[in-house]
Amino acid sequence: MRRLKTTVSAMSIMAALVMGPVQVSAESVLRVAMTAGDIPVTIGQPDQGFEGYRFVGYSLYDPLVLWDLAKGDTAADIKPGLATAWKIDPEDNKRWIVDLRKGVKWHDGCDFTAEDVIWNFDRISDDKAPQFHPKQFASIRNRTGNIEKIDVLDPYKVAFITKQPDSLFPYQLSYWFMISRCQLTKLGNDYEAYADAPSGTGPYKFDSIVPQERLELVKNEGYWDAARVPAHDRLVLIPMPEATTRAAALLSGQVDFVEAPSPDTIPRLESSGMNIVTAPYPHNWSYQLNFVDGNFKDKKVRQAANYAINREEMKALLGGYMLEGYTNIPPSTPYHGTPSVKYTYDPKKAAALLEEAGCKPCKITLAISTSGSGQMQPLSMNELVKSQLDAVGFETVLDVMDWNALLDVARPGRTKNPGIDGINISRALQDPFSALIRHVYSKQHAPAGSNWGHYSNAGVDALIDEIYTTFDPPARLAKLTELHEKMVEEAVMLWIAHDINPRALAPNVKGFVQAQSWFQDLTPITVE
Amino acid sequence: MTAYIIRRLLYAIPIALGVSMVCFALVYIAPGDPLQTLLPEDASAETIEMVKKAYGFDKPIPVQYALWLGKVLTGDFGNSIASGRAVSEELFKALANTILLAAGAVAIAFSLAFAMGTVAGYWVGSKVDRFVTGVAVVGVSIPNYWLAIVLVIIFAVELNVLPATGMGPRGSDTFELLTWDHFRHVILPIFTLSMIPIGIITRTTRSCVAETLNQDFVETLRAKGLVESQVLLHVIRNSLPQVLAVMGLQFGYLMGGSILVETIFTWPGTGFLLNKAILTRDIPVLQGTILVLAMIFVATNLVIDLCQTAIDPRLKRS
Repeated sequence: MRRLKTTVSAMSIMAALVMGPVQVSAESVLRVAMTAGDIPVTIGQPDQGFEGYRFVGYSLYDPLVLWDLAKGDTAADIKPGLATAWKIDPEDNKRWIVDLRKGVKWHDGCDFTAEDVIWNFDRISDDKAPQFHPKQFASIRNRTGNIEKIDVLDPYKVAFITKQPDSLFPYQLSYWFMISRCQLTKLGNDYEAYADAPSGTGPYKFDSIVPQERLELVKNEGYWDAARVPAHDRLVLIPMPEATTRAAALLSGQVDFVEAPSPDTIPRLESSGMNIVTAPYPHNWSYQLNFVDGNFKDKKVRQAANYAINREEMKALLGGYMLEGYTNIPPSTPYHGTPSVKYTYDPKKAAALLEEAGCKPCKITLAISTSGSGQMQPLSMNELVKSQLDAVGFETVLDVMDWNALLDVARPGRTKNPGIDGINISRALQDPFSALIRHVYSKQHAPAGSNWGHYSNAGVDALIDEIYTTFDPPARLAKLTELHEKMVEEAVMLWIAHDINPRALAPNVKGFVQAQSWFQDLTPITVE
Repeated sequence: MTAYIIRRLLYAIPIALGVSMVCFALVYIAPGDPLQTLLPEDASAETIEMVKKAYGFDKPIPVQYALWLGKVLTGDFGNSIASGRAVSEELFKALANTILLAAGAVAIAFSLAFAMGTVAGYWVGSKVDRFVTGVAVVGVSIPNYWLAIVLVIIFAVELNVLPATGMGPRGSDTFELLTWDHFRHVILPIFTLSMIPIGIITRTTRSCVAETLNQDFVETLRAKGLVESQVLLHVIRNSLPQVLAVMGLQFGYLMGGSILVETIFTWPGTGFLLNKAILTRDIPVLQGTILVLAMIFVATNLVIDLCQTAIDPRLKRS
């Protein structure tokens, strides 16, 4: 063994001599390997899911409302961004008054004012406006669809008029990025040209892009939040969809920071001195159930399925890189509450519930994907779920399809897929609407929303209506907590796991705090 | 010969049309909606309709095909749904990157395999033959994505002498083949991609040479007093048409890029582009890329046919 190591070392030294000197740069560069297959688009609302938001959106741009990503010990919540304050009009619960930040400059040097907010709204809502972009419209519409209009009150104050009262409206603003009116106008509203010269107000400025290969951003020295001026000079974002490649690139020193290393590469990365960071975040690996057709109509069957799952075994399968999912949201979420039931592994209870429900063998069909955004290790995890369900009296059929085909099943809802009893789609639970409301509100029945299985409950609907009209944060928090507790008691899903989102960092990367969020703040990172 | 070339070129037109129809239809037969990647999961029916119209997906498929074909004939492949960039810009850049790998793999595989196959075929049953056959079997049998990962582990992770991924320290926009810092990025992908063609062409050449050696005309040549090197030249010439056909197929495959190998090495070629387009149902990119690759395949086969005819005039008569 020693001889082998000596030989390998000697070969490395010889190779290094042959290959010449290593280039030394005074610039501090953070190179990130993303899981995306391409560079997320740079024209405002990114594609490539929340990874695009994480690395491109919040780097180049700011929304009016930002996420506080500085802490790792609590779930991330919103904070002022380009808006410094917001409040509901005491006289009108459909009118939000928003104060805008003064002294903010776009990367192109223009000033940020209320007119930019109006222009940006037209960009994603008015198909007659020259700056309108259909894809941008489509990608943010579910967040901005409730905006009736925006009134300018003064250059740094606007009023948002909503179609329906929405106490959660500030959360929706956190996904909507403001782009530079000056820059796009200067480029004749040509988004293809703008993609190569984007201008925002974010902590990084655009430097260069090579499609499919890398996006290079440089720090914005004049960023309005001095505490978030990047501690490194340059951020290089590299699409690297293959997990093994990302691990190899980190080990060979080609990148400094990799997203989502696969669990089986983590011991090797750790043994080479890489830092593995993990934290629970608002992610849910679960099954949405069909409440109209099939056996999950019966609450006892839904509860039986939840009691049948041995989540410890699932955790062992994933090398410990998950959090047991007994509820819809991770326990660190402020509105998690204390549900009256906990679905700890109890096969006897599960079998008894199926007996009571008269469902034995209890035939179910679950639609699953082979891969996909946030789907973790879908094939092996689903096989384990099937074996655990079948052990208590279910007869489970896994209907396997590719990710896009599963999305095709998900969007139209159960009406178009009455033979499917559950769909295994991981969901982002970043804000109260995404985490709770959209899964159980009857107004969100698919295809209008994400309530795939058409769960309907008058009590739940009434509670959600109250949430939307409760503008006092503590009172709203209490109602959100009640909603979550009710969802758990009703077993509205089959819950399995919450991802803990491992990332691997080279030993010379310091200062990163993993927030409990889909988004992360790279600005404090130093590369030694 | 000119008439033959013209006739073959005319045959290529219906093939190209058929290929364009198949590649257009294939992406619609596959499950999954291109709008899935554009729209939020809870997009309203109004939003879906508006986006369908904006991207022309609201029209009947035959109409979409006719519009697409009309544009393609003028060199306009449309714009990528995902990136918004012109498909031709993305496609031809990726194609240039893949050609770089394919040319390297072809140069290594064809020369090495032809030499090894000829030697093995000439001395069938010898130790050299057994060794070459062993190499060929290994080349054909090893999955190239597995080989790629192993090579990365050895040369990038353990020895740290070659890069694991990418096309160069500054990407392909400044790729300089003659600069070591850039050239080192192509070594592992080219080696990986050349393994299967080496195996296949070696085996084909070996069997063709061995078979030709057993034909009567070889005995006649020897009886006429030709030296063995001249006999071998005749044998090679008679074996070439079959070998060329296999080489043509392999060249076509390599030009198509390898989705797995390019993804593992993060090489921004046509395979990497196709992988991205498949995952995002980026229909304009898929259709444009498949069409161009298919046409390259058709063109390669045409060139090979012409080469075969030039070498063996009997083919022209038939």
